[in-house]
Amino acid sequence: MGKKSRPSIIERLDALYEYDREPVGPERLRGWRTFIAMFASEHIAGTEFVLGTLLVLHGVKAFDVFVGLAIGNLLAVLSWAFMCAPIAVRERLTIYWQIRRLAGPYLTVLYSGLFAIILCLLAGSMVNVSTTAVATALGIESPNYALGQTIPTLPWIILAVCVGALVAILAILGFDRLAHFAKVVAPWMPFVFVAGAIASLPTLGVSRLADFWRIANDRIWTGIAQPGQIKYGLWHCVGLAWLCNIAQHMGMGDVTIFRFAKRWQMGFASAFGMFLGHYVAWICSGVLCAAYVYARTEAGEANPNPTPGNIAMMGAGYAGILCVLLAGWTTANPTLYRAGLAFQVATPNWRRWVMTLVAGVIMIVTACIPAVLQYLDRIVAYYGLFFMPLGAFIFIDFWIFPRLGLIRYYAEQKGLQWSWPAAVGWFGSFAICFVLYAKDQYPSLAWINGYLPAFLARYKADIFLQVLPAWIIAVSLYIVCSLIQQRLLAVRERMARR
Amino acid sequence: MTVLAKRAMQVVSFVGLAITIGSAVLLFMGLIGRGSYMWLMFLGTILWFGTAIFWVKRDDLG
Repeated sequence: MGKKSRPSIIERLDALYEYDREPVGPERLRGWRTFIAMFASEHIAGTEFVLGTLLVLHGVKAFDVFVGLAIGNLLAVLSWAFMCAPIAVRERLTIYWQIRRLAGPYLTVLYSGLFAIILCLLAGSMVNVSTTAVATALGIESPNYALGQTIPTLPWIILAVCVGALVAILAILGFDRLAHFAKVVAPWMPFVFVAGAIASLPTLGVSRLADFWRIANDRIWTGIAQPGQIKYGLWHCVGLAWLCNIAQHMGMGDVTIFRFAKRWQMGFASAFGMFLGHYVAWICSGVLCAAYVYARTEAGEANPNPTPGNIAMMGAGYAGILCVLLAGWTTANPTLYRAGLAFQVATPNWRRWVMTLVAGVIMIVTACIPAVLQYLDRIVAYYGLFFMPLGAFIFIDFWIFPRLGLIRYYAEQKGLQWSWPAAVGWFGSFAICFVLYAKDQYPSLAWINGYLPAFLARYKADIFLQVLPAWIIAVSLYIVCSLIQQRLLAVRERMARR
Repeated sequence: MTVLAKRAMQVVSFVGLAITIGSAVLLFMGLIGRGSYMWLMFLGTILWFGTAIFWVKRDDLG
């Protein structure tokens, strides 16, 4: 009997997503309520307690928060509605198969592996958030990164390991029941956010609504960054709100969800997630953070530590603690499950539970690094910019290629293992945007300015302001390289026939 | 679960949410103290979780 050949990494990846290979049929399509509920529940997570707090610490003004977040979230909703959903309802395929068809299997495996790593980091940040809640309830001090506490205390680490292990075990057991529980938690969380913020206003000196705007500028979003924090403004708020889910909208990750939509207009359901989770919840967590810092400072504490657990305890008591714990936990679980699934592809003959355990270990290590929460906004920005280009190629492949006379899904049509135009566009856009940001951010890279044209040397854009440049660079590189690839190949074929 | 039981559960759930937000408003208006607010928040939480778990359904979009 012949020796059984081991399936290749690509075959294993394909097998994993085999179930989703066919476009969704009409009998499985869903209506508005499904998408509204899904967005409202998925975009109110434990990390909202961190991002709203970070805006306060980075010294934004009240106007920046209210207007900047409104603009950024509106842009995000429009990106879902006009870029992601229309393609999703026409193709009705998952992101995996769309990338597979245009970029080839090798880049898809790479995308999957890198995505798994970032998912572990994000799950780690969520476990960190949950651990601060348990730590507050048990009276264990969470690390204060602003005071240079870069490593937590042993009791805190033990706590994080326990919380992380629980998350990992539940993810290994399968998250079906937990997914249901997450849906139960979702409607209640915004109420706790809003209630906590309203209840914190008297602490800040707001005794009637007419005082709110004055106090908001004087004591909440003061325009003064905390020591060691970069100053943020209006455009940072716009960029953060737009960027933080860019992998899902402009990066097309949510075609996997919207392939079940009856109509493309259901992309507007994302407004419920954005404006509840990334507007109301961020503003509320900003109020909670400011109230905590103000109250502790008034009480004589020199360096208050506004962890999610601390601010929620002060704003909403044990209900707040439960909210932080569940917000982190219910989102960390599916995130870890997906990470394990993606890792499993790259490891021959390893069972899924082993890979989920490996992902869980990475998650727990990440959870024990306080810097992850301190720089969560930056991590989210890098994550978005890195994974967005492949989604941009789906958009270009769908709308622009036919108009340019280019072949859609070229890698699939020609049986290519990888699409070099996609690789150039993907890594090229990220590298260019990173260099344009890093040259003014890191003194060791300042020399780059000397080699750039004057207009680029003068260009000092923060990572949050790179959304449009990154998209334009990615699609330009992809289109130019595709023209070269397809036209050159056509010329070569003609010459070969002669 | 009968339709009537489901409706009753939903009413209790929404009362829980109303207590959650209402208690904060009462505190802001100075009508209750911080201790009462914390207890009402906790009560709202219990009411929500004690009932919503039975009627909130799951949508799986893969």
